[in-house]
Amino acid sequence: MSPHTLAEKLLSRAAGRSVRAGELIVCRPDLALGTDGSIPMALEYLAQLHGGVAGAPDDASRLVFALDHYNESSGPKALALQDKARRYAGVHGIAVFEMNEGIGHQRVLETGRALPGQLVVGADSHSTTYGAMNTFATGIGSSDLAGLMYCGELWLKVPGSIEVRLSGRLRAGVSAKDVALALVGRLRADGANYRALEFVGAGVAALDIDDRIVLANMAVEAGAKTGLFPCDAQTVAYLAASIGAERAAGLVGESADAGASYVERIEIDLGEIEPMMALPHRVDRVMPIAAAPATPIGMVYLGTCTGGRVKDYREALAVLRSGGGVAPGVRLVVTPASEPIRAELEAAGMLREFEALGAEIQPPGCGACCGTCAGTPTGDVRVVSTANRNFKGRMGNAEAQIYLASPTECARAAVSGVLGGSKGAPP
Amino acid sequence: MSRLLPLTGRARRFGDDVNTDNIISSRRKRETIDPAQLRSFLFEDVAPDFAASIRAGDILIAGSNFGCGSAMEIAVTAVLAAGIRAIVAKSFSRTYLRNALNNGLLAICAGTDGIVEGEAIELRDAPGAGEGAVELRTDSGRTIACEPLPPFMQAMLEAGGLVPYLRSRGGFSEAGGRDVSMTKEQP
Repeated sequence: MSPHTLAEKLLSRAAGRSVRAGELIVCRPDLALGTDGSIPMALEYLAQLHGGVAGAPDDASRLVFALDHYNESSGPKALALQDKARRYAGVHGIAVFEMNEGIGHQRVLETGRALPGQLVVGADSHSTTYGAMNTFATGIGSSDLAGLMYCGELWLKVPGSIEVRLSGRLRAGVSAKDVALALVGRLRADGANYRALEFVGAGVAALDIDDRIVLANMAVEAGAKTGLFPCDAQTVAYLAASIGAERAAGLVGESADAGASYVERIEIDLGEIEPMMALPHRVDRVMPIAAAPATPIGMVYLGTCTGGRVKDYREALAVLRSGGGVAPGVRLVVTPASEPIRAELEAAGMLREFEALGAEIQPPGCGACCGTCAGTPTGDVRVVSTANRNFKGRMGNAEAQIYLASPTECARAAVSGVLGGSKGAPP
Repeated sequence: MSRLLPLTGRARRFGDDVNTDNIISSRRKRETIDPAQLRSFLFEDVAPDFAASIRAGDILIAGSNFGCGSAMEIAVTAVLAAGIRAIVAKSFSRTYLRNALNNGLLAICAGTDGIVEGEAIELRDAPGAGEGAVELRTDSGRTIACEPLPPFMQAMLEAGGLVPYLRSRGGFSEAGGRDVSMTKEQP
């Protein structure tokens, strides 16, 4: 049999037969995630499928509901929508990540629900995140989620793959977020549309799991269906924390066959990546921060499924600490990606330190990233965020100008009140 | 696709990389997911007068990567609720394409350069060009060939979307086996 890409191998398993790029297939995901943003619509579709009232799902054990988009600050109508999801899950025994427990994607990873070799889908575009675990992970809509709840199956087109060969290692002060922004800038917003990104090469081992999560998460910003990493010793060690060392040791994962056919091959030397930023209102509108004119910043956002993990806060805090805190006139919002992350920050004294340095702490979850919880910018403020997306209106305020950068660079902007260099007018 | 075509309407012109937050702000779904209410907020952050100007039958014409960003399905259902039955773009973001087809919104790929705002256009089955072949005719008499949709997607559209498609079959297969129309499609 001719060689398969990693994406073809993972989808062959899910379809129960050998499949190839370009084929339309019906397959059975190992897990589907819904959120309070997408479940209410899915339940309406499911009610139509069941002829009036949404009945029991095909397999509750293959579902998880994340109540992450809304919290107490989102208003009564949003909470009523959220409660529809909670009640359905309660009746039918579906696992729930409760409000303020964190972003579903982070909780899926922390609880070992996306494993090497599996197909996991989510009714949220950043479901690509689990590709860091060697999982074929992709975003679907509410109707797809309803279809899965109805019959357990999903239609998918098998994507062709782009090989992203990584070499070298990141220099000090450079992060996976910089790699992700550089990659999206190079591919553009649709450069990987209908494609899988397959990250390979000696550089993969130099990226820790948090780094891989950032790249898999932001693969969708180039349109990718999924962003896949190999399963290696780091993957096993990460999953051992949730599923146990014995079970994790048995994970082998999948990799592409030698000689598999790729649509495109890209090489990235991690050692050549420099700190990057994305300018409003496009993720692919990137430039090196060193080349950017000084841009006054009114708000800094540290959080989201891209940049809300302990490592991100450690990097940001180091900069804030040495810089003496937040510059006058700058609002700093900290929204940990999950409750375990928040608890770890608290136990380490970091949360208190953030507060002492002038930060506003919001409960774990999607927060203000898509404008659904408190912490949204006000007025025509310039925001720099560790998030993945900077579309106009994205944070719930169409007047805001959103820049994207790494936790380190976001913290630098918080300390100085300025993003980028020291010369010129804002771009 | 005889059940859905022909469609005639005014071209409503958009550019490249129109994201779902442009189509409808995600903050709107905090209030309601009812498309009849959401339709009045279509494109509010990028074209505040657009929603009020929509006439039933308008056809959205866009460049590449239409519907990129979030997978939120209100970006499709609000468009349908406004009476728009088809979008023709150079390409669609994959999640938008899924959501469109799943809801019975015709999402067709074609070269859209030169089609101007307000122009009268017609989408119709391309005569003599085989099953699923679609063409776009412009007021100025141009005929633009569109990319044909795979048989499965045609079947789902003709059924009215994923819900009626699955409901009528009890799933993706009609008799316990895999629907053969899914596997015929090869690159």
